[in-house]
Amino acid sequence: MLDKNLIGTVLPPHTVALEAGRLRFFAKAIGETNPVYLDEAAAQAAGYASLPAPPTFLFCLEMEQPDPLAWLKVIGADLSRILHGEQSFRYFLPVCAGDQLTFQTSISDMYDKKGGALEFVVRQTRVSNQRGEHVADLTGSVVQRNG
Amino acid sequence: MDKANTMNSKLSKPLAVGDSLPPLTMPAINRTTLALYAGASGDHNPIHIDLDFARKARMPDVFAHGMLSMAYLGRLLTNWVPQQKIRQFNARFVGITHLGNLVHCSGKVVAQIEQDGEQLFKVEILAANQYGETKILGDALIAL
Repeated sequence: MLDKNLIGTVLPPHTVALEAGRLRFFAKAIGETNPVYLDEAAAQAAGYASLPAPPTFLFCLEMEQPDPLAWLKVIGADLSRILHGEQSFRYFLPVCAGDQLTFQTSISDMYDKKGGALEFVVRQTRVSNQRGEHVADLTGSVVQRNG
Repeated sequence: MDKANTMNSKLSKPLAVGDSLPPLTMPAINRTTLALYAGASGDHNPIHIDLDFARKARMPDVFAHGMLSMAYLGRLLTNWVPQQKIRQFNARFVGITHLGNLVHCSGKVVAQIEQDGEQLFKVEILAANQYGETKILGDALIAL
């Protein structure tokens, strides 16, 4: 069983630079062809400072740290039995290439279903930029399948 | 006029409850799709790229990252409205997406609501494979 005493655990924050090349690689990986996500001039014509991070990309930057799965070890989860359950994003301000983003994550809930056969861990992340502006919130849950 | 503006100009008719989003169908998921997504996303979980690891975890093969299909749903939204209008985007992963699956994304405007003094459309979105099996159920809030 996962240790429910870890609810409320605040994970170490990390700061990451959003790079245009990385965004173009991500665009290729998801089949994106809209020039707003590929071409600086098109992005600026659409009102962005530079190439915008597409809607799910903050989840990727949340993992951009020396050991992105470290938090699973903190809670004692087994990577081979973990599935992504839910993911939510709330957006407050655009995020673009050139931004420095700080991710502050905490374990907000842990619960089980089916008599412990499925254990859920929920984490919440606040994202702010280099100006200290709150740009987005992420909430994600993973499920560990036991037995 | 550049292509971005052309895409936005498709929205000459105001959005309304009941509208369907232009659907998006992706090519079949293969191992290259997953390798590229692992690299680009930074999600290097071996369950998605290493067959040996997947088999040890008692899976028949590697399978797609849930976030890959959520990214496709993100494209469904941003093909339809400028991203600046998206306030919230939620997904529930209800099935594993396997190699060979064609992810089909669709959505519909289901309600108009007010939140924090702003008028928003609630959109229900869905990712399913070519056999009609649902993989992601989601919703989004879009500013009018």
